[in-house]
Amino acid sequence: MAEFIHTFDAIVVGAGGAGLMAALQASRHVKTAVLSKLYPTRSHTGTAQGGVAAPLGNMEEDRWEWYAYDTIKGGDYLVDQDAAEILCREAADAVIELEHMGLPFDRTPEGRIEQRRFGGHTRNFGEGPVMRSCKAADRTGHMILQTLYQQCIRQQVTFFDEYHALDALIVDGTVRGVVAVNVNDGSLHVFHSKAVLFATGGSGRMWKITSNAHSLTGDGMSLVYRRGVPLEDMEFFQFHPTGIYKMGILLSEAARGEGGVFINDKGERFMERYAPTMKDLASRDVCSRCIYLEVREGRGIGGKDYVYLDIRPETINKYKSAPGGKTVTAEQLEHALPDIIEMMRVYMGVEPMKEGVPIQPTAHYAMGGIPTNVNAEVVIDEKNKVLSGLYAAGEVACVSVHGANRLGTNSLVDLIVFGRRGGKAMAEYAKQADLLPLPRDPAAYVREEIARLRESKGGEKPVRLRDEMQQAMMDNVGVFRTGPMVQDALTQVRELKERYKNVAIQDRSQRFNTDLFEAWELGSLLDLAEATAVSALAREESRGAHYREDFSKRDDVNWLKHTLVTRGEGGSLKLSYKPVVITQWQPKERKY
Amino acid sequence: MKVHLKIQRFDPEKEKSWMSEYDLELEPTDRVLDALNAVKWQQDGTLAYRRSCAHGICGSDAMRINGRNRLACKVLIQDVAPVIVIQPLLGLPVIKDLIVDMEGFFAKNRKVMPYLVNDDPLPADGRERLQSVADRARFDDTTQCILCAACTTSCPSFWANGEYIGPAAIVQAHRFIFDSRDQLTEERLNVLNDAMGVWRCRTAFNCVEACPREINITKAIAEVKNALVTGRV
Repeated sequence: MAEFIHTFDAIVVGAGGAGLMAALQASRHVKTAVLSKLYPTRSHTGTAQGGVAAPLGNMEEDRWEWYAYDTIKGGDYLVDQDAAEILCREAADAVIELEHMGLPFDRTPEGRIEQRRFGGHTRNFGEGPVMRSCKAADRTGHMILQTLYQQCIRQQVTFFDEYHALDALIVDGTVRGVVAVNVNDGSLHVFHSKAVLFATGGSGRMWKITSNAHSLTGDGMSLVYRRGVPLEDMEFFQFHPTGIYKMGILLSEAARGEGGVFINDKGERFMERYAPTMKDLASRDVCSRCIYLEVREGRGIGGKDYVYLDIRPETINKYKSAPGGKTVTAEQLEHALPDIIEMMRVYMGVEPMKEGVPIQPTAHYAMGGIPTNVNAEVVIDEKNKVLSGLYAAGEVACVSVHGANRLGTNSLVDLIVFGRRGGKAMAEYAKQADLLPLPRDPAAYVREEIARLRESKGGEKPVRLRDEMQQAMMDNVGVFRTGPMVQDALTQVRELKERYKNVAIQDRSQRFNTDLFEAWELGSLLDLAEATAVSALAREESRGAHYREDFSKRDDVNWLKHTLVTRGEGGSLKLSYKPVVITQWQPKERKY
Repeated sequence: MKVHLKIQRFDPEKEKSWMSEYDLELEPTDRVLDALNAVKWQQDGTLAYRRSCAHGICGSDAMRINGRNRLACKVLIQDVAPVIVIQPLLGLPVIKDLIVDMEGFFAKNRKVMPYLVNDDPLPADGRERLQSVADRARFDDTTQCILCAACTTSCPSFWANGEYIGPAAIVQAHRFIFDSRDQLTEERLNVLNDAMGVWRCRTAFNCVEACPREINITKAIAEVKNALVTGRV
């Protein structure tokens, strides 16, 4: 296997929104390269639909404080409030920067960026929905990804496309670079650098029903975790209420922003019972739980495990659920939601202007991840000690601005705000830092692991292990959990980890060996599934997306704190906790 | 339902091509990507193809399905069964099985300078540039492009001459030429005003049929041609 060494000041791993934003910043100042296992435009940011929040006030009055309150309340008070303040203060500026880069936002009659309502976003500290989500139809993420990539082309950013990063070189608490494989020819590449920023996205492929791309296998999280960096708040994983039944493909909350409602088997708009003020626009964790409760009580459609998302104009007009109670037409809805309406037709074969669309909650977003401070610097203990030169931004990171449950639109805000801050911070660091020497044989671990996978004669098929992991996590570490359920999943995951040692692949070749990479990704997911289950088992309370039926109340006395899970030598896991940063919003009961 | 899959294979290490055939039992509403996954995960792990989002947005899995360029994740089995022939995109070098070398395709995209250029001072109030709803609508269709290459690799002019810049790059250029905020119109038009630019389009409409985003590509190309002829956008 051929091996190469490259030297840069800064390496960005991942080319979605956060990675590209960071690369645009860093490459202005220091020699920067972006590694991505996909072509940049294939990144999952492109699938984000509904919008990116910013209190621009283009449609109605809005303030960053209202937005920060919503973010903190939405996160069930596990949000670090200093970080949320930065997110919400800088959102407007970051969105405007995207417009200046060319992002084709929808426009108001005055020519300003058009905004729409979204779940959990309110005016005046919870009084009612506010139009805060800046949008380009229901393809806002696509526009963000394209725009950032376009500007990277303009700025001649260096890309290594289809290079799969497999190891972080962390020696004596400092960063030396990353090791990657060129997927095209199987060659090994050591990227020697002063700073590394991970922006590799989430890990939704841990669950059976997910909105996440096949590629979202928690790569960045797992490879720093294996090098001793803790993972924060892994028990908090968002289940989005509106996945296409059985497939998990996401139907944006924008559908409800435009007036769509949930309907059960009795034809009832059931969210009126659970969330009298925000109704169908309550937070995602709340809506997902309500759907499960309806199904459990026999009110799923035809007694099955799904309900309808109803966007028929007559339904919206009957409930006056469109913004401002306005009357809507099929034509207006087709214009506002073109892509998701097409998905309903293509994948479900339903006609959403005439019938309800079967939906079920789908594993969607990791609130947890690699712990960072507000400059995207990775922090490695309860006292937030910085690991110099290591950065993370976007879904892979836990700042934490999402706490126990992320608001819709806030993933995009997170990646532009903290991608930008991370890129700047990394460049500043790399300008003054020395290039530290590489360890001896830096590619050894990756070389050996790949050889082991490629040459294994074991009897375990990766797909079987993956299916079992996804089923165990879906059944037991999903929307509702109990101690025994999580324990059961943890036992299964640990057995799967043992069996993974005997995993064997069929493709022994060097070029585009996707069999090999899928097996590698399964190893990452198993490590993260274990971290998730261990964190979830310990947290004996219910908060945001982590709902323990055996501890159904939020417990601020004992659990208003972030989980850190660290993997020690020999693979044993250690839990520790760090306080939540509270600035001006004291925790109170969360109602919508 | 029973499905018979014929997949064109290429092993770059042995420089060997062949057709692999597989029998599968699938749901009518499964997608062709599900069929490929079923083969890879249950029968033949050596099969190679690109995929990511699996719902028609990322643009990874464009390929020829029963002779037409489609995204594998967007074609339901019931619409192409019982015999499904799957081949790599035409006109780009095959790396392995259904994976083609996209670099030449992306190089053409870069040629049209696919990024907004506006050197005017930013609005003094720190806010967005204004754009009317009508001006925004002019290039809406071409903003949808996901760079999957289904259009360019369905184009007879491109098959005949690989130097042709191709419909995808023209779509990218259109997105900026007709954006009222952009100032690089002339340079972009110059790139396209070439024997290997828009004039090689023979309006075969294959691109329109191939586009998984249903972009009216031939119309976009005609608008660019018209801008070149009239000097007005």
